[in-house]
Amino acid sequence: MTVQKLHQEAPPLNVDALLDDTQTRIVVCCGSGGVGKTTTAAALALRAAERGRTAVVITVDPARRLAQSLGLDELDNTPRQIDLGPRDSGRGTLHAMMLDMKRTFDEVVRAHADPERAEQILANPFYQSLSTSFSGTQEYMAMEKLGQLRASEEWDLIVVDTPPSRSALDFLDAPNRLGRFLDGRLIRMLGGTGGRSYLRMLGSGFGLITTVINRVIGAQLLSDVRTFVSAFDAVFGGFQDRARHTYELLKAPGTEFLVVAAPESDALREASYFVERLAAEGMPLAGLVLNKTHGHGAAPTPARLSAARSDAAAETLEDLGEHTLAAAALRLHARRMDTQAAEARERSSFVAAHPTTPVVEVPAQPDAVADLTGLRRVGHDLGSGSGAEST
Amino acid sequence: MRDRGWNDARLHVVTGKGGTGKTTIAAALALALAASGRTVLLTEVEERQGIAQVFDCAPLPYAERRVAVAPDGGDVYALAIDAEAALLDYLEMFYGLRRAGAALTRFGVVDFATTVAPGTRDVLLTGKVTEAVRRRQGEERGRTPRDATRRAPFVYDAVVLDAPPTGRIAQFLNVNTEVAGLARMGPVHHHADRVMEVIRSAQTAVHVVTTLEDMPVQECLDGVEQITDVNIPVGSILVNMRRPRFLNETDQRAAAEGRVDTEALARGLKAAGLEQAEQTAQELVPELLAHAHTVAAEQGLRERLEAAQRPTFDLPLLEGPIDLAGLYHLANVLRTQGAV
Repeated sequence: MTVQKLHQEAPPLNVDALLDDTQTRIVVCCGSGGVGKTTTAAALALRAAERGRTAVVITVDPARRLAQSLGLDELDNTPRQIDLGPRDSGRGTLHAMMLDMKRTFDEVVRAHADPERAEQILANPFYQSLSTSFSGTQEYMAMEKLGQLRASEEWDLIVVDTPPSRSALDFLDAPNRLGRFLDGRLIRMLGGTGGRSYLRMLGSGFGLITTVINRVIGAQLLSDVRTFVSAFDAVFGGFQDRARHTYELLKAPGTEFLVVAAPESDALREASYFVERLAAEGMPLAGLVLNKTHGHGAAPTPARLSAARSDAAAETLEDLGEHTLAAAALRLHARRMDTQAAEARERSSFVAAHPTTPVVEVPAQPDAVADLTGLRRVGHDLGSGSGAEST
Repeated sequence: MRDRGWNDARLHVVTGKGGTGKTTIAAALALALAASGRTVLLTEVEERQGIAQVFDCAPLPYAERRVAVAPDGGDVYALAIDAEAALLDYLEMFYGLRRAGAALTRFGVVDFATTVAPGTRDVLLTGKVTEAVRRRQGEERGRTPRDATRRAPFVYDAVVLDAPPTGRIAQFLNVNTEVAGLARMGPVHHHADRVMEVIRSAQTAVHVVTTLEDMPVQECLDGVEQITDVNIPVGSILVNMRRPRFLNETDQRAAAEGRVDTEALARGLKAAGLEQAEQTAQELVPELLAHAHTVAAEQGLRERLEAAQRPTFDLPLLEGPIDLAGLYHLANVLRTQGAV
């Protein structure tokens, strides 16, 4: 096959060096849904802790499985310390939390408004919807929480698992969009804080806009928005500034992005978009975690037995109607070789497009990752495992 | 026709955990439904251009385009719905507010209604989908039909929606509740009521795609429960990417317990004319053990899925990127199993 001939090698991603470097303060894991992002984030934080860092992982995945694999019943909005077993020198600590976007938003409000005004905002129906169902709130609050943890200086490494967005890019855009909206002229106009001259400036357009808003969302919602904005505006000078601040944090030295993908075309296409976007934004990309691969790992493979030879041999046995076990083993091996070839092809296309992006491969785990042992195994594969010598 | 519980369904909503292949399955389902000369609309709402990728065509505009022909003459049309276009469409349809778009965009109203105002976005998206479900021939889009056209045939025999993932599906479909707290009356509320009329009726079936892996199965079961809780009809569970099982029952059971007859294996390899049969046999054992382990785990997950008490259909894993031939194959698998 020509695949191997075209195979171009990506620089290996040295995850352990990344985690051991005390300059690394934030690691953001991003990628499309279903690629194992949450597990990767938890495994990274665990490995970092066991290599001496004071680490915390923020997850957004409400599945209780991660909490259980960390030995907790559930995770909440406050970092909980994870029991890593008997103490051993050189080991750091691990905390984990699950983002509760409404609670985080409420905390922001309470922290910035006097009690009376805070209650007014928290009780507003528009606020209640905004804090639970706006598609960007989760991303915004993930960034808010990240900012808080970073500022607390309690941890020297924060690992962030990003929300499963419509597209991977939402995570970068949504906070800004929410900030822009809350500071925008529409909301000022609706809130009536723009002043009369502003309304005059809008001229005849204004009538059309209010007509449309009334027709689309109804007068009652409009009045909720007005109340919300006037209360909110007095508290937050500039929401957009806040959004910009957290955004800057992502660009600051000490932050590293890891793009997680499975070796199939959809996930790698998303990964490519992400790599390009990070470059465009000037954000530091540490590399790609190619997760759930079948090329390297536990089971050694008689690679010299090609898929074609294996299939041909199986056919011979099937024609004979004998040796069903051997025939099955040969068919199985042939499909495994096909899978490896397909994954190698996907990997090659990515590497060809992004030749300087470091890559580490993590083999598909034989069992669901259900405990610290499972997370350690993933961490091992991420670190010293198959990545560096996967040529 | 045997009663699957969704014989009357004309709106097929396809959801599933990310990475389970729901866009591929939605496309295959649309092809299967279009067989025998029927007309089907395949829609997506997440602005990912997933349909264009699956059918390998140029990005879809906000317009219904024919993307495929079913083997015996049916048509599959596709539509990528984006909230902004749906909003402008809606304003024009119901209020005749033509050309308002530029002004609305300039003042951030479009941004507001499509991304910020909670629930509005989903109402706009599901509104467009259910409009296509209700549309009858000879009737101007969206207009209330006169009596003469009321009984005209539907434009689409079926509509397939490549929906948001399982984690968001109940909230997405249950738009009524989502906007109820906010817009207790008024046009959005009324619009949401019309959407729910279709979604709650026997015209709708929500199919959940899963793979036989731990997390997707859990999400599938949670999703079925959440959809049922909001009184929306659940259709089938579609188990995607089924890996073939290579071992016969006896060998499977032994291998799952860690036992492989290496000598028998080596004899077989020798009989097939392979060199170094003993060594190759040794090397193939771990593959067999891993395979048997996976198959056994899949069996356990299959039993967990039975708790949902929904008809379950299997779709094979196709090697490599999905192409048209693969889609036709999956459509055929759905048809022969009686899923449509």
